[in-house]
Amino acid sequence: MSKATTVTKKGDGKGPVAAGKRRVIICAGTGCVSNGALKVYDAFMREMKENVLDFDVILKPESDNLHLSKSGCQGFCQMGPLVTILPDEIFYTKVTPNDVAEIVQKTLLKGEVVEWLLYNDPNTKQFCKGTHDIPFYQRQMRYVLKECGLIDPEDINEYISHRGYEGAKKAFLSMSAEDICKEILASGLRGRGGGGFPTGRKWDAARVQPGAKKYVICNGDEGDPGAFMDRSVMEGNPHSVIEGLMIAARAIGADEAYIYVRAEYPLAVKRMYKAVADAEAAGILGDNVFGTGQKMKCVVMEGAGAFVCGEETALIASIEGMRGMPVPKPPFPAQSGLWGKPTVINNVETLAQVPRILLDGADEYRKIGTATSPGTKTFALTGHVVNTGLIEVPFGTTLGEIVMNIGGGVTDDQGKITKDVFKAVQIGGPSGGCLTPDMLDLPLDFDSLRSVGAMVGSGGLVVMNQKTCMVSVARFFMEFTQRESCGKCVLCREGTKQLLSLLDDVIEGRATLETLSLMEQLGRAVQKGSLCGLGKTAPNPVLSTLKYFRHEYESHVIDKYCPTGRCKALAKPMINATKCKGCTLCVTVCPVGAITGGKKLPHKINQEVCIKCGACAAKCKFNAIEGV
Amino acid sequence: MQATETHVTPAEKFANVCAILEKHGRHPAKLIPILQAVQEEYGYLPEEVLTFVAVALDVPAARVFGVATFYAHFALEPRGKYVVRLCNGTACHVKKSIPILDALYRKLGISEKKPKHELITIEIVACLGACGLAPVMVINEDVYGQMTPDRAVKLIDEILEKEAALV
Repeated sequence: MSKATTVTKKGDGKGPVAAGKRRVIICAGTGCVSNGALKVYDAFMREMKENVLDFDVILKPESDNLHLSKSGCQGFCQMGPLVTILPDEIFYTKVTPNDVAEIVQKTLLKGEVVEWLLYNDPNTKQFCKGTHDIPFYQRQMRYVLKECGLIDPEDINEYISHRGYEGAKKAFLSMSAEDICKEILASGLRGRGGGGFPTGRKWDAARVQPGAKKYVICNGDEGDPGAFMDRSVMEGNPHSVIEGLMIAARAIGADEAYIYVRAEYPLAVKRMYKAVADAEAAGILGDNVFGTGQKMKCVVMEGAGAFVCGEETALIASIEGMRGMPVPKPPFPAQSGLWGKPTVINNVETLAQVPRILLDGADEYRKIGTATSPGTKTFALTGHVVNTGLIEVPFGTTLGEIVMNIGGGVTDDQGKITKDVFKAVQIGGPSGGCLTPDMLDLPLDFDSLRSVGAMVGSGGLVVMNQKTCMVSVARFFMEFTQRESCGKCVLCREGTKQLLSLLDDVIEGRATLETLSLMEQLGRAVQKGSLCGLGKTAPNPVLSTLKYFRHEYESHVIDKYCPTGRCKALAKPMINATKCKGCTLCVTVCPVGAITGGKKLPHKINQEVCIKCGACAAKCKFNAIEGV
Repeated sequence: MQATETHVTPAEKFANVCAILEKHGRHPAKLIPILQAVQEEYGYLPEEVLTFVAVALDVPAARVFGVATFYAHFALEPRGKYVVRLCNGTACHVKKSIPILDALYRKLGISEKKPKHELITIEIVACLGACGLAPVMVINEDVYGQMTPDRAVKLIDEILEKEAALV
């Protein structure tokens, strides 16, 4: 008991995050680090030390008045490295080490704002001083990500000073296992990993199982291409995941937890290891949790690169040291999971929601989101939008709000905001489907997405503009699932392969209309004949694009023409006579001499000679060359 | 050479593998962390080490090879000093990662079918989770965002220059 109390006390306002202190936060998520955030951090250290000589102790980084820290991902990766200065709430973007001296001199010493480092809203051309002025942040609701980007993820005391481990404490000291399950069930929390199964029900199923040995597992094997929500939570607030796991363990009566982290996320792996070690050292994990005499052991395991391990039973096989292949359910892991013992597996984001639900109560949680999908959801917003990054919104937020307002609008291939280029949003990765511009008013939640043949999945939102070929997108996902199929079920193993080759037929001009109906038939067969989520959902990208972009498939099949020009075999580069100014630039760059035309006269491309290399389109200043 | 090898027992030859096995309690359930550590040590998983691990853990060699070939992270052949991992996740793909791959192949004179380059290994990965910076490329541990074919080739040039200076 004593150890735990000291830890909590230490956090009582004594942490560096406490109000009134100047604080420089440099985002140290993977995105910002690759943009040079650590160099910026070093530059701050250097500048601050240098200034100690001239300006006394005020700028000493370790002093009480000023604290320099690294944070987890703040979400706005594309504008990184990000530097936040509190309590002034100044938010600098794209900071380079060369800018640091100016920030120290102007902002830290004189309290002035360095305007040109602020975010410039491309829609209004206004400079935004803090995150609250930036539409990207303004319209979000940060619940799971609240502390990400604020606290230092490598400092357990900062987490504790933000009500950290209070939820676990409540669970261990004043709630019974049944109470916890009831509370989570009442909150309506649903699994964020894709399926949306009620978390409370999962826990209760494991709780009622007999036997002393049970396990809880955190599924951090975020394999969906285009999604990085779990990475951001593990990097930005690893202790919230551990706390969620502890509560889950308490709820089902487990004393051992595994955190399975994808090895492609080295920073997340490192921070999870450190967080577990720190929690053990603080007496939060170990043989005597909060002085209750209960044991809680936590093991971090790195994945080895297999998408299928995101599936519960495959993940269990992987922890047991086997090939990650799923097994039929039932028995469900809650009945017989790891080493044959009752096991609960939850996604990172689900677990990170749990501590606050226990602290604030189920009713408070239900105020967020919709009736059937309470709470918030993080999405990885990427692709052809102005603002890419990690966002968090309440369930029920419309697609339009996310793409147009938070995302700031759709861009063309050159990255400029352009009207009417919005073509589709791919949601849910290789298991998901496409949403079209007429669904901009669709509220995003588990049930409404399912009604249009898509799914929340893990939450990747990839925005695509008119220049994206939907057949190629379908092929991209099919290639992925075909490669990642574990090979156990024939329909998944062979079916995905056949679907891929049928898509190649479409892309390379060999397909007929029969190919399309064959694809639909085969897709439905793969859905039915596969054991796990991978196979059951693998045909979704194909079926969904066939449903909403059938005309595009037909143009590939009937006209042998790819409207976007992405499919090289079917590209037909043509010169738009009204746009062509006859500058002859394309004539000079064409490597095969396929373009003819005199000065100031519209040019023509000889299709027989053209090799579809696209050199002309890349050079044309008037965007007159289309279809390549 | 051969004469000296016959005097060395496998346990002596693979002393560092033994240390890894000890650290994991020679437990077959720890096969994946063991193989990860072995790969860290050798840069890849040599066949004779895999057989040695199978004997040491008292499991069929087929199981060890099964696991080693199942997971994408395990390499059964030596890799170059520089491993360039190009992300082809959805975001990187729609932001044109494939032209970068083509440029890299052209630069190094290799192809998908003939990917051998003694110094640099090119790998395509599904998603590195840095989609906000798409397209992304990782050289060993360093992440480079918002790549273009030109920038990628420049980075390769820098590596080649650095290595040429070492000789």
